[in-house]
Parts: sequence; structure tokens; C-alpha cells
Amino acid sequence: MTEIFGISLAALLGQLVLGLVNGCFYAMLSLGLSLIFGMLNITNFAHGAFYMMGAVFTWIALNQFGLGYWWALLLVPIVVAILGVIVERSMLQWLYKIDPLYGLLLTFGLTLVIEGLFRYRYGVSGLPYSIPESFQGALDLGFMFLPEYRAWVVCASLLVCFATWVIIEWTPLGAYLRAATENPRLVQAFGINVPVMITITYAVGVGLAGLAGVLAAPVIQISPQMGSNLIIVVFAVVVIGGMGSILGSIVTGLSLGLIEGMTKVFYPQASDTVVFFIMAIVLLIRPAGLFGRER
Amino acid sequence: MKSKTINALMGCLLLFATHRVSAQAKPGNVKISGDVVKIGVLSDMSGLYSDIGGQGSVVAAQMAVDTFGGKVLGKPVQVVSADHQNKADIGANKAREWFDTQGVDLIVDVPNSGVAIAVSKVANEKHRAFIVSGAGSSRLTNEDCNPYTIHYVYDTYATGGVTGRAVVQHGGNSWFFITADYAFGHSLQDDTTRAVKAAGGQVLGSVLHPLSASDFSSYLLQAQASKAKVIGLANAGGDTINTIKTASEFGINKKQTLAGLLVYITDINSLGLQATQGMYVAESFYWDMNDETRKFSKAFQAKMGKMPNMSQAGVYSSVIQYLKAIQATGSDDADVVIKKLKETTLNDAFVKNGKIRADGRMVHDFYLFQVKSPAESKYPWDYYKLVSTITADQAFQPLSESRCPLMKSK
Amino acid sequence: MKERTAKLQGAKFRIVGYSLLLVLGLVAPFVGYPVFLMKALCFALFACAFNLLLGYTGLLSFGHAAFFATAAYVTGYMVKVKGMPPGLGILTGTLVAVLLGIIIGSLVIRRQGIYFAMITLALAQLVYFIFWQAKFTGRDDGLQGIPRGHLLWVINLQNDWTLYYVVFAIFVFGFFLIRRTIHSPFGQVLKAIRENEPRAISLGYDVNKYKTLAFVLSAGLAGLAGATKAIVFTFVTLTDAEWQTSGEVVLMTLLGGMGTVFGPIVGAFSIVTLQNELADKVGSLVNVIMGAIFIVCVLLFRRGIVGEVIALYERVVGKRRS
Repeated sequence: MTEIFGISLAALLGQLVLGLVNGCFYAMLSLGLSLIFGMLNITNFAHGAFYMMGAVFTWIALNQFGLGYWWALLLVPIVVAILGVIVERSMLQWLYKIDPLYGLLLTFGLTLVIEGLFRYRYGVSGLPYSIPESFQGALDLGFMFLPEYRAWVVCASLLVCFATWVIIEWTPLGAYLRAATENPRLVQAFGINVPVMITITYAVGVGLAGLAGVLAAPVIQISPQMGSNLIIVVFAVVVIGGMGSILGSIVTGLSLGLIEGMTKVFYPQASDTVVFFIMAIVLLIRPAGLFGRER
Repeated sequence: MKSKTINALMGCLLLFATHRVSAQAKPGNVKISGDVVKIGVLSDMSGLYSDIGGQGSVVAAQMAVDTFGGKVLGKPVQVVSADHQNKADIGANKAREWFDTQGVDLIVDVPNSGVAIAVSKVANEKHRAFIVSGAGSSRLTNEDCNPYTIHYVYDTYATGGVTGRAVVQHGGNSWFFITADYAFGHSLQDDTTRAVKAAGGQVLGSVLHPLSASDFSSYLLQAQASKAKVIGLANAGGDTINTIKTASEFGINKKQTLAGLLVYITDINSLGLQATQGMYVAESFYWDMNDETRKFSKAFQAKMGKMPNMSQAGVYSSVIQYLKAIQATGSDDADVVIKKLKETTLNDAFVKNGKIRADGRMVHDFYLFQVKSPAESKYPWDYYKLVSTITADQAFQPLSESRCPLMKSK
Repeated sequence: MKERTAKLQGAKFRIVGYSLLLVLGLVAPFVGYPVFLMKALCFALFACAFNLLLGYTGLLSFGHAAFFATAAYVTGYMVKVKGMPPGLGILTGTLVAVLLGIIIGSLVIRRQGIYFAMITLALAQLVYFIFWQAKFTGRDDGLQGIPRGHLLWVINLQNDWTLYYVVFAIFVFGFFLIRRTIHSPFGQVLKAIRENEPRAISLGYDVNKYKTLAFVLSAGLAGLAGATKAIVFTFVTLTDAEWQTSGEVVLMTLLGGMGTVFGPIVGAFSIVTLQNELADKVGSLVNVIMGAIFIVCVLLFRRGIVGEVIALYERVVGKRRS
């Protein structure tokens, strides 16, 4: 068994693989957050709450409606996106003209409401959700057994991230979105319905969070707190990557997962905090983030 | 105008002062403060320990009060409850408020050792009784002991020690711990380590995880890398359940044995026999042991839908014994009642020949069970088979080894 | 003439307001539970300190809990382990908070808006981590059993009532310090920076120095609140350093009224009362209600309770005059 700094290679690789899985969640969540910030200039604190709703709705789909995992994968993100539309139309649209800090405060309040309601209904101890049958099993990677489900999570999220990036960067729709971010008035003058673009962006952003929730349901404790545990880490990822940069979010999210995995091997207690350390450094040296541009 | 206000203020002050004084007055032989005995059930109502205590503890306390007909010495007995949310500041503040403003005489349950230690300090400050059934840290009768705290059901020395010794005797002589990073987890790991080493085993390493962690995969991976024969789970409740679940997801339980160092029958119920069969469990109560336990447990199940675990049965017992002591002494003053409790041999559905020692530790027999396989289980909740009974002196830390400051002064 | 009358009326208003508060504060323990009142006072001071930064300088810090908790832990440690008398302990805690304010302030002051909020959050998380790892804080169990001791060797702080008056005195001191700052030339410059920073720069003010000073003052007073709280509750836990606590103080200030003198006090008392009364009755719905208040404030009551009251008063007085 080869060793690096006294840690066996197998252990290191095992943690890196697990870190990659976590990184996929970070990437998907920060992708949505970045989209929303880029387009609406709103720091969507409630992103974690939408992620949590994705997971809880998946559980509800199975236990209340008898709809299995694959149905949930299709329907839950749509339901979450619709909720996003409602939020945007009823509350967020009034805040675009004033100090963006109010957007942060409103979505913070929204998080408290959503999490409080779910906590009231479901308690904190966690709702069990089993791994779908198609994925019950593990791949023998030699240095560890990787559960098939986690491999699927990596594939699915990478696919979704790539697809989103392609749509934003290479399609006309993406072009309109990017243009509307740069100069909404001009784009509106060209006849493009900017408010609708904004609503769609928010819906897609939180829909992605909901999708991450569905993927997370079988592996992470589904509990009303799951969002708030994650949201500030995701914020840090977005800030490091560059608020508004799609590529920045994806790359930073995956990298952070790997870095966390490595930290777990050498100094496990720091794994939750290493991201803030990096964020503080990045903000001091390059406030716009690694891939971002100063607004 | 001004003098009226001053008069009013003085009047209020006088009224308030006299009210406070009269609350302390104890006319006659029967001295029940406030003419009512109030028992506070402080528990985790919605978090990872809600199955260990939670609503079940409230039900258990009320059942105990009901056996007295809701009264003792002609005065009513009331049960109040609150959620400490696993936070020491919320728990301690609630205890303080209960003692100061609501005339609560006894606090029971409190799963979560961090909260229990905080509450025991408040009880000591306010001279009120505190009987712990939920929390486990052995610190409650060692470093953090005080005359007002009674540690009732189990502690980490007992469960860790009994389970640890049993597993080592059956061949599991190399250990790796996955430990909840707070008072309880550390106590459990320390006490079990001592027992394992004394039995001839060795500890290869450990890893700490935050309370209520969301994902145990990275910790289990480390346990796997250590190649220890046994993975000791120095955690409880939801954390233990999740560790076991994740372990089977990664196939770890095929090559290494999982030893839950504090397992409740309610955990087994959540996980199912398929995942837990063959596990060794050290508990001080099992609903199916004899007719008395069955009677109590079936009555409990009728109200809660689940069988009581040892902590909830402990709440029931502690309230009964407390009320009996009040009856015998005619007072609900904490010093008097606790003195009486420490002189009594305790017998009820939960405990036989139990004794409360000078350090606050209630000692009684402990049982080593093994979880049945699905085939062996004949009816709902038929989960355990008794492997051996460990007598009180074997199960609990000897008084001579106690690190309790009360003991040292003697 | 009208201006003089207006100023006199304003001054009368303020004097009445302050005296009312003083009287209320003095008689409060007769009607309320002293420990609850002390908690509310500590948070009121915390909110006032935060308001100095948000309402008067225009900087949203999402990590103020770091100062609150640092002072609390230092005070707790000094009093419990090193045997310091409580008065000295509180002083020490506050000074350490000031020091931390200088360190963090100098790092973050060049950033603005959302980036400022984010970096304060990140640094607060790092502080949280340090406390979580350090042995002296007791980590998840917290620092417990802090002896209240005697103030100045004679005043016994074990008695809840005596301690209440000490805490009230501390609060009054902090409050008047803030008020003095706001109404000084320094405070006017801060307001100018909040209204229009580029213009303030063009007028020749070293804006960063003013902002840093405001930050350090705010941090120090937040620390004073935390240090006092440690003595009142006799323990300090990690909850005091969590970002949720930072969020709470933002809510208190927003609800009470940013940029008003009495706003944070009203906000703090409201929230603490709400939490206390509702925690037993509705459990986790407390957060729902707090969140709903946040949302309603941001959408409809941006001026906060006190802000709305002042606006109402001005409208009524304006109508009467015309």
C-alpha cells in the first residue's frame, strides 16, 4: 500500500471520491445561485430552503403519492420552479430598484419561514428515503466500494451543469439572458420581454436547487435543516468563483468538494471551515472572485 | 400627581415583596412549596434524541403521576414540559425560569449530556432536585457531580463498559471509534476504551463527528481504512441510526463489526432487525422481561404507539420514587427529599433493588442483550434475547474510583 | 422663530423620551422577570451597537456575532478560570472585542455592499471555527458555571435584582456613548458617508478611516453586550457565535428601525419577548414568525417600528402646522 504523508493512498482516494460527490452538489447549487445573482442582482439566501424542499417533496412523492424516484426526478424540480415563480412575482420584483441588501434580508426571512414551517411539520430528526432499486449495489473501485447511487449522482450533476453551461453560453436564449444581465433597458428596447426572462431565471435557478435536493434525498439526512447547513458554504463557493459566473461556480464547486475531501484526511475538523478560509483570502486579494468581473 | 405615582409604585413594590415572601412560608407539618408539586420534563422534542426521550418521557411522567391519582399528601401534582432543542443555553435558561418563576420542584429526563450538565449546575444553584434519565455522560457523577443531581438510568461507563467487554470477549479485540464530538461522545469513547483495554483489546484510532451530522460516509471510510475488527459507535439516537445505515450502504458491515455503545430499542425499531441482528446491546430495561415490565409497557404503548425504552421507563420510575419520598417525608424541599431517596431501596416496574449512592449515581443491575434475527422474532417488538445479567457492582464505576468532589471532601 | 420652536420641541421630545426610558428601566424588575429583562438589555445594546454601523454608516455586517461571542468567551474564561472579578472581566472582554474589531475592520473596510456582508460572514465563520476547536471554550458543551462574584468587592451579583441594575447601568452607558457619537461631528461625517460616499470623498474626508473607526466602536460595544451577557447567564455557548445570531441582530435593528436612536431597543425587546413567549407555545413556528416579520419589514416597513412612528408624527405635526 503506497503512502503519502503517512496516509494510505486508498484512504486518500476514497475521501477524494466522496469529496467529488459533495462537490457535485456544491456545483449544482452554486450554479443556480450564480444565475440568480447575475440576472437579478439578488443574493438568494433562500436557495438552501428550495434545495431542502426538493428533498422533502421527493419523500412526500413516495410516501404520500406512491411516486417513485424517477417520477420525483422529473416532477419535483418543476414544482420547486413553480414555487420560485410565485416568490419572484409576489415578493422579489419589488426589490430590484432598491439596495440589493434588502434582497438578501428578504430571502433570509423567507428561509426562516420555509424552514420553520417544514420543521414544525416534520421535526428535525430526518425522514428516511431509500436508495432506488436500480442503484442498490456498489462498484468495486479497488481502493473502496463506491455505492452505485453516488456514481449516478456524479454523472447526473455533471450532465446538468454541462447542459446549463451550454445553454447559457451557446444558445440564443442564453445570449438574451446574458445580454439582459448586461443592459436590461437596451434588451427590452429590442423587444425581448425582460421581466419574463428574470422570472424564468429565478425559476430555473431554484429548480436546479430542487433537482439537487432530489439527488440528495437517498444519501443525505432529509431534514428541514439540511438547507441552512449548506447555504453559507454554497455562498462561499459562489463568491470564490465569482458572483454571476457560471463556469466559476461549477469549477469552484467541484474543486471545493475535492479540497474538503483532502482536508478530511489530514485535519478532519477543519473540513467545514476551509471554504471560509479560502473565501476570506479570495475576497481580500481578488474581490470579484476567481472568474468574475467587478460590477 | 407625582406623589400618587410614587405611592402606586411603593404599593406595587410591597405587594410584590409580600407575595414572594408568602411563597416561601411553610405553615404546618406538610411543607409543599406553592401548595403544588410541579415536575418539569425537559427533553429533546423534535431533534435527534426525540425518540429517546421526547413526548414519550412526558407520557411516562404523567403515567407516574396518575398512579398517585394526580395528588400527593392532598396537594395536586402537575407535569410541565419544554423542548431544550439540544442547546445548553436554552435548557439551562428554561430550568432557571422554571425554578424562579414557575415553582418547579423537580426536573427530569434531559437527554443530551451537554444540556444535562448545564441544567445540573442551575439545580445546584437553586437547590432543586434534578433526576437525569436521558443523558449519559459519566461526568454527571464525577467531575460535575453535586448534591442535587441524581443520575438515574445508565451512564457511559455502564453501557460502554458492558458492551465493550462483551464484544472483546467474542473476538473483537481491535477497535476504531466514530465519536460524537461533545461531552457524551467523549465520555463514551473514554469509558469504552478503558473497558476494552482492560479486557485485552486495543484501540487503533478514532474520528470525531459533529452532533447530528448529515453524512457519515467519510468517517466510515476512515474506520474502514484502519482495518480494525470493530467499529465502535460512540454516539446515540439519530447519529447511530445513520452510521449503521451508511455502513450497510458501503458494505462496511460485511467485513467489520459495528458495535453500538448506546443503543435503544427504539433505534432497533427504526433500523429493523435485518440491519441490526446479532448486535450486542446493553440496556437496563426491556419491556418483555417480566409481567410487571410488560404491564407498564403495554399501557405506555397504548398512549405512545411504541414500547418504552430504558430512559422513558426511567422517567416513570424516578417520578414515582420522588413522589413516594415526598409522601414519606411530608415535604418537597429538595434537600429533604433527596436525603430520603438516598436512604431508600428502590423497587418498581423499572428497577429492582436500586440504590442511590452519595455521588448521585443510581446503581442497579444491567443487562446484556443480543438482537434477534428476523427469523427468531415472533411478534412485534420481540427484538432482544438476554445474554447475561451484570450486577450493579460490576456494571457501574466503583465509588472508590469516583472523581466527584463531594466524595473527596469526606 | 418657527425653527427655534421646532428645535425646542425636538429637544423636549428627546428629554421626555430619555426620562421615560430611565424610569421604565428602573421599575422594570418589579413587574418582569429580571433574567429575561437582562437578556433583553444585552441584546438591545448589541442591536444599538450594530445600528451604529448599519443605520448610521450604511454598512451591513453579517458577522457581528463574532464580537459578541469573543467578548463573552474571554470574560467567561477570565472570571471562571483566572478568577478575575466580574467588572474587570467585562472590561477585558470588551477590550478584546475592540482588538478583534480593529483586526477585522482593517481587513474588510475597503469592500462595499454585498461583498462587505459576505466577507464579514466568512470571517465570523472562521472565528466560530476557532472557538469550536479551542479547548478553553468548552466547545459544544460551552463555558459553564461562570461565577457572578462581587462587583467592586461589595456589590453581590448573585442577586438577580442587584445584577439587573448593574446591567441597566452598563446599557445606559453604552446607549449614551452611541448617542454622543451620533450627534457629534464624527457622527455627521458618518451620515454623509452613508448618504453619498463619493461626495464625502470629494469633500476631502478620509472615508476609510471614519468607517474603520465606526466599525471598531460598533464591535467594541457589541463586545460589551456579550461580556455582560456572560456574567448574567453564567455560561457562554457556541450559539453566541453562530451566523444565526448575527442574523437575529440584523432583524432586531431592521424591525425596530435602522438609523433611529430608539429603534434597536424596541426591536431587541420585541424579538426577545417574542422568542420567550412563543417558544413554549408554538415551538419551531417562532422562526416562521420571525421570518415573516423580516419579509413584511423589507417589503412594507423598511423604516421599522420607530421609523414609522416618527414618520407618522412628522406627518401629523406637519398637517397641524399647515
